[in-house]
Amino acid sequence: MHTVVLTKGVPDFREGVVSFDEDGHLERGNTPTTMNPNDEHALRAALQTRVRHGGQVDVMSMGPPGYKDVLREAMESVYADDLYLVSDKQFAAADTWATAITLATAIQHRGEPDLVFAGFKTADGETGHTGPQTCWCLDVPIITHVVALDVDQEEERVRAKRLVEGDVSEIETVEAPMPAFIVADPEFEPSYRTARDRLERKRLRADARDRAETAEEHVTMWDHSELNLDPDYVGLDGSPTIVSSVDPIPKAPSEREATVVDPDDADGMSAVVDELAPFAGGD
Amino acid sequence: MTDAEQFEAVVVGAGPGGAAAAAVLANNGIETLVLERGVEAGSKNVSGGLIYAEQSAAYTVDDLFPEFREGASERPVTRNHMDNIAGETVHTVDLKGVHEHDTEWCDSVLRRPMDAWLAERVHEMTAETGGGLLTDVRVNGLLWDDGEIVGVTCDELDPIRADLVVAADGVNSELARAAGLMDWDEPDEWFQGVKAVVDVEPDVIDERFGIDEDEGVARLFGGDLFDGVRGGGFLYTNRDSLSIGTVFHLDSLADERAEPHELLDNLLTHPHLGQWLPDEYEEREYSAKLVPDSKKVAHGSPHRDRLLLVGDAAGQMQAQGPIIKGMNHAVNAGGLAAEAYVEAKSRNAPHRAGERYETKLREEGVMDKLRPTRYELSRPLSESGVVTGALDGLARSAVGRFGVRAVGGLTERVFNSPFALGMLPDTHTSYVTVPTILAEELGEPVTSENDADPPTLEERIGELTYDTDVGNPHIELRDNSYEASGVAVTACPVSADGFGGGCYREETVKSNGSEERVVSLDTQPCVECGTCAVVADTTWTHPRGGKGVEYDQG
Ligand SMILES: Cc1cc2nc3c(=O)[nH]c(=O)nc-3n(C[C@H](O)[C@H](O)[C@H](O)COP(=O)(O)OP(=O)(O)OC[C@H]3O[C@@H](n4cnc5c(N)ncnc54)[C@H](O)[C@@H]3O)c2cc1C
Ligand code: SF4
Repeated sequence: MHTVVLTKGVPDFREGVVSFDEDGHLERGNTPTTMNPNDEHALRAALQTRVRHGGQVDVMSMGPPGYKDVLREAMESVYADDLYLVSDKQFAAADTWATAITLATAIQHRGEPDLVFAGFKTADGETGHTGPQTCWCLDVPIITHVVALDVDQEEERVRAKRLVEGDVSEIETVEAPMPAFIVADPEFEPSYRTARDRLERKRLRADARDRAETAEEHVTMWDHSELNLDPDYVGLDGSPTIVSSVDPIPKAPSEREATVVDPDDADGMSAVVDELAPFAGGD
Repeated sequence: MTDAEQFEAVVVGAGPGGAAAAAVLANNGIETLVLERGVEAGSKNVSGGLIYAEQSAAYTVDDLFPEFREGASERPVTRNHMDNIAGETVHTVDLKGVHEHDTEWCDSVLRRPMDAWLAERVHEMTAETGGGLLTDVRVNGLLWDDGEIVGVTCDELDPIRADLVVAADGVNSELARAAGLMDWDEPDEWFQGVKAVVDVEPDVIDERFGIDEDEGVARLFGGDLFDGVRGGGFLYTNRDSLSIGTVFHLDSLADERAEPHELLDNLLTHPHLGQWLPDEYEEREYSAKLVPDSKKVAHGSPHRDRLLLVGDAAGQMQAQGPIIKGMNHAVNAGGLAAEAYVEAKSRNAPHRAGERYETKLREEGVMDKLRPTRYELSRPLSESGVVTGALDGLARSAVGRFGVRAVGGLTERVFNSPFALGMLPDTHTSYVTVPTILAEELGEPVTSENDADPPTLEERIGELTYDTDVGNPHIELRDNSYEASGVAVTACPVSADGFGGGCYREETVKSNGSEERVVSLDTQPCVECGTCAVVADTTWTHPRGGKGVEYDQG
């Protein structure tokens, strides 16, 4: 079993230091990056597959060189083997379509895996397009909103439980031939119900702990020429999406104005109670 | 039967018994899975802290884990004394004879670091043969096929079949009970141990005890400082802490309605201890646990079908007078159980492992250490109430006191005679009366002062790490009447009369003009000692894997 997980670095909104340029594009250089939270579900699904069926998990991302940290994080959390970073100035400001073309090309360049995993939408773009569009470029079946999955290696098929319209009460089971593309839902819960699975996970963790210390050495970087990609079809030039305007992001709670009230100050406390009272009745 | 996962051997519990069994199995190429319910091996375990390597034992921990003493022990314990105390006089007996009898070495240990160290080696060894050690997995029962034990069931994993199941799951063994090999019933079959680990700088220890960094001291305490409850206290030096605790007969604790934490405080605050405690008393951890009394409960035939019990699960905890030996017996029995399986398998009769194990326990002399025949013979007489009363009276009488003075020198010989200790009756006379009279008649006044201020019970509980099992409590009170379960309020080491923050509370319920005294249970601060399983009417199990208390020291 060979799997690739797509992961993305996203601005760390918690820090409240996201900045945009005049055209409304995100200034990544000034914004701390963290792993897209939804990708963790994809990573877990990939780890479960590897624990149960062996093989290898590779993690791939497209972005600036700083994304190596995100890849190392992925190595620690799913004990990944090889890390791929598709990185080139030419890829900058790509929309989901240009990103999908780039990623699909990179996946094929690496040698097409049995399963590709992606998370359900990114915390910055929130489109949920990149996964399905990459899949379309790869021309393999896709199963989205996956909450549980299992692989039949002999039959070369993947069987998954998926949410229907995001509703936990409605779950359908579907099957697809491999290679296939899996989009993990945030409700995905890995299951390790056998001792052998747990022992295997423990073994992988021990191996990865050593590997993560030299994570950089496991990163392969590709630019447009190595992937044989025409600059006109990638990055900003290859992106049909036009950003018309950007809404400001609300301030992080810590920056909102707050009045500090000493709990021993009776007047102050009764003023707080007066302000809260109208809500207490459910008004 | 479903096609359950299959291992050749499953060992339940990664204490010294489980670790030893797994090591011997792995050394013989047996595919072995070890399951431990704690978040880490040792996180559920407590002992006073002296591990002995006996010359006569078939297996010692350093035979199986050669780096043990460097990697997992605190200090070699080179001196052992018994302090008999009456008021503020103390009579000290050197226990050199019994401490060194049949002893290759003796080290002080703390269970969290020790068990975690062992577990790491056990995992490496068992992984070599296709198995391994998993923590956070609680075995919740036995897997049966047609009335025969064929494996185990777990909270966190699907059922597992095995040709050999080693129950090394300690004093509160759910597997021994499930197999019908142990019950909970009698308080006089158990001791309860309560312990504080006190922070002390290594050089302060060296100075106060007059030792080098590669030496250690054990002190045991008896006499009148425990409100007449049968049992005693101990103090052992670790590298940078002291283990100080008490071990009492559970029936005596229950009868006297004694509060274990208060008895521990009696010891901690006694002036005699002042000479050893640091200037600033700082407690790292408060802990408690039951201990089986092997003289009464060591199982002569600890097996059924493919299930073999080792260590505390088989009641193999020897109280050799004031010296407690459990870990070494668990190691020895674990090794013998594994050896029995390996031999039985090589003769193509793996199902006969249990019989071979039983034979080995007998032939290696283990059973005679655990249940000395001379104790069995003298017990009906020495433990009868009438005789105890008479002996107690005699010892207290002028004649008795004269005797004590006259044979003063002899006491050292009695305390140092494993033969005599093996016969020691479990009565007030030997635990309380004689030590008190020894101190009164032969003791010296205590010269040191002690201003240690131990934490309150509430503070002690507050310091423990606890992963709550609310919604899935591991203890259920079957009968909440005060008559059936009231003793738990005082005997539970984290509960107390008139204290609302522990596990057991006494409550008065008023209804229709009548009043009823009942007991309420909240399992939140439970340290899983098992006391209430014996003294109250409960359904008792361990919390699910990883839940409940987590000790750092043990
Ligand atoms: C206060 C006190 C003082 C003592 N002093 C000494 C001393 O100085 N010297 C000495 O040698 N002995 C002493 N003992 C006794 C000693 O601690 C025990 O005899 C010894 O630990 C027994 O070892 P064991 O391997 O049988 O069980 P344990 O060490 O109790 O190990 C049992 C293991 O099984 C695990 N387990 C239990 N149930 C399950 C389950 N269902 N599923 C998975 N895992 C499970 C537990 O978490 C634990 O790790 C003392 C005990 C106490 C309480
Ligand atoms: S509730 Fe029971 S098992 Fe828990 S600490 Fe109290 S006596 Fe021990």
